[in-house]
Amino acid sequence: MNEIIAIFLGMVLINNFILVRFLGLCPYFGVSKKLGPAISMGIAVTFVMTIASIATWLIYHYILIPFDIEYMYIVIFILVIATLVQIIELFIKKTNIALYFAFGIYLPLITTNCAVLGITLLVNTVEDYSFSHSIVAALGAGLGFTLVLAMMSGIREKLELANTPKSMRGLPIAFIVATLLGLAFSGFGGMV
Amino acid sequence: MGKFGKEFLKGLILSNPVFVLALGLCPVLAISTSIDNALGMTLAVLIVLIGSNIIIAAIRKYVPGITRIPIFIVIIATLVTVVNLIFHARFPDLYESLGIFLPLVVVNCIILGRAEAFASKNPILNSIADALGITVGFMLALLMISFIRQILGTGNLSVFGYDFGNLPVLGENPIVMFILPPGAFLIIGLLLALFRRTGVMKGE
Repeated sequence: MNEIIAIFLGMVLINNFILVRFLGLCPYFGVSKKLGPAISMGIAVTFVMTIASIATWLIYHYILIPFDIEYMYIVIFILVIATLVQIIELFIKKTNIALYFAFGIYLPLITTNCAVLGITLLVNTVEDYSFSHSIVAALGAGLGFTLVLAMMSGIREKLELANTPKSMRGLPIAFIVATLLGLAFSGFGGMV
Repeated sequence: MGKFGKEFLKGLILSNPVFVLALGLCPVLAISTSIDNALGMTLAVLIVLIGSNIIIAAIRKYVPGITRIPIFIVIIATLVTVVNLIFHARFPDLYESLGIFLPLVVVNCIILGRAEAFASKNPILNSIADALGITVGFMLALLMISFIRQILGTGNLSVFGYDFGNLPVLGENPIVMFILPPGAFLIIGLLLALFRRTGVMKGE
């Protein structure tokens, strides 16, 4: 149990996907202008990350390793993620049309989000987690991603009203905000 | 100059992938802790981008529009697998320090972006020029950031084992923050602001 809590907190706060591991920065700077879309994107990414790590864990441990073709993992993982995103998109479109429109273009974009491929690589090839641990790790990573995305978009909504110097407007000030958030998050370092 | 030169120069400044288009930020921020890593990453991107641009430009007339993205991704993933295995065998140190960012070249938006925007519409020779220009632009950005981070964060200037010695004050008291993740955000934010201030790039 302790190990599960440690993995979860480690993924959410200490090794936060955006601020510490630098995964998923494109949506971080692209989508984080308004709070609503940022949270939708975060939930969509968490969902895909969890399902993708379950699927790739099973494929890696029951197909790739027995057949000695681990070196094919990059091609296999990206194909699994692309297919999953398509299936999830179709599924949501058929079952919950409101949610489908809420996700909008963010669902297809997730295929090339490095956070999703990142978590599948992390749980399978780098950390070698067990099945339950990889689910916890994926959930934690997704939640950490959503948390920071929501914080960032809240700050950027306020920044629109602030009188920022002309050359700092837009991306540069977003990077500076990320610096401060990152410094704050490094305070979680000694927690677990 | 000719068309080859024009396509090559375009990637350096006008559409520099990192600073102007803000593409492929994840590897730029993550592995810019040392100049060695920056050069290693550039090598990986160079091999994959040239390979994918050549192959995609060569098959561009036979790929049906509707299934082009999955085809491009499989081609890129195959090339990344090759690069991954070469690095594992030839440069084990670099392989260790690049970590998961080497396989993550697959989802680097720069590569798929060039395949979609350029190589799928242009002949092979121009696609090679485009790949070279974009890679050099990527390398310039990466070197700039990693140089500043390595100098400030470690106070030491060493490239591939050649030690150019420690800097006077920074060598004893390096500002460790610049090696840590927040330092990367700070440097790229300040560089972007500087480019806009000096008029190299357009602001918002």
